Amino acid sequence: MTDSERLLHSRSFVELGARQRARALLDTGSFRELLGPFDRLMSPWLPRQGIVPQADDGVVIAKGKLAGRPAVVAAIEGGFQGGSMGEVGGAKIAGALELAVEDNRNGIPTCAVLLLETGGVRLQEANLGLAAIAEIQAAIIELRAHQPVVGVIAGSVGCFGGMSIAAGLCSHLLVTREARLGLNGPQVIEQEAGIGEYDSRDRPFIWSLTGGEQRHASGLVDAYVADDVEAIRSQLLALLAAPSAQRASRHQWFLERLAQLGDDCPQLDAAAVRALYQGDA
Amino acid sequence: METLNFQFPAAQPGRGRALVGCVSSGDLEVLIEPGQAGSLDIQVVTSVNGSQARWSQLFQRLFDGRDLPALKIDIHDFGATPGVVRLRLEQGFEEIGHD
Repeated sequence: MTDSERLLHSRSFVELGARQRARALLDTGSFRELLGPFDRLMSPWLPRQGIVPQADDGVVIAKGKLAGRPAVVAAIEGGFQGGSMGEVGGAKIAGALELAVEDNRNGIPTCAVLLLETGGVRLQEANLGLAAIAEIQAAIIELRAHQPVVGVIAGSVGCFGGMSIAAGLCSHLLVTREARLGLNGPQVIEQEAGIGEYDSRDRPFIWSLTGGEQRHASGLVDAYVADDVEAIRSQLLALLAAPSAQRASRHQWFLERLAQLGDDCPQLDAAAVRALYQGDA
Repeated sequence: METLNFQFPAAQPGRGRALVGCVSSGDLEVLIEPGQAGSLDIQVVTSVNGSQARWSQLFQRLFDGRDLPALKIDIHDFGATPGVVRLRLEQGFEEIGHD
């Protein structure tokens, strides 16, 4: 196949909305949405602050099958309020994960996939969003003891804030080149560190440090795939069958690597970060 | 942000439901459901204040000369232009037509 034929046959995953993404990953015909938009479970806090709400609060929860195994998919809509986690959307994800844990206790091996496009907590909902993120993190840890929890960061929003910690807790992480993963977003770092150290408008610089390719080369995610529905789905199925790298329990190894740098180390570039994180635990 | 309500005469309730669009910048979300016989009810929640006349004219132009089923339409608008609004509504009507 020539490059142009391949391009014409590929279906972009990044360009899909949250609901289309969940549908594209689950086995054909198995998609069943829980608490859908017509249930109108919306944020009660946004309209009070003059902000238009969305009927599903930007979170799609779908039950279905992944290569025949029972699964729940939680997809965040990055277009709505930057995919921010509010009280309702956060509770939908936490509740879905908790029900998957209950499934496992009852002998149903439900696994979970999180489609993460989020800037983190929704500032307008403050502590309620933070509490929801804490519940999501606790539920991920509980569920991953039974069945894999796979985080997918496709882009273009990326995954930041408290939800980047949730991503780090997943059994596996899958990214594309469009993805970014980091605790603070570029503008926050620029504000804190100064534009000389971190220019948030310098996109190649930002992606060189927090982009999917760099995160994969640094060993911080498990799979790096092209932005293509079939490629992402087949890689997701492969990860579901693979043992987890259990990165979150290796924090000591990462801390030791960082301690080697000393107190007065110059700013690292992408290659230096890759070199720092090489090797086995 | 403001909430606007519109009502148009219609025939029997339509069938099927549809959701199109998303509350992202320059876009809108449209939820279409069967309504009460004889009435097409639209509620618009929009981020743009003072846009009552524009929405009213947009709906009149869109529905002019059409036989409308009775529907309940919910719109969550995040600054969509009239062109985008019209495309989304047509997309929604097409989707309930498919069911």
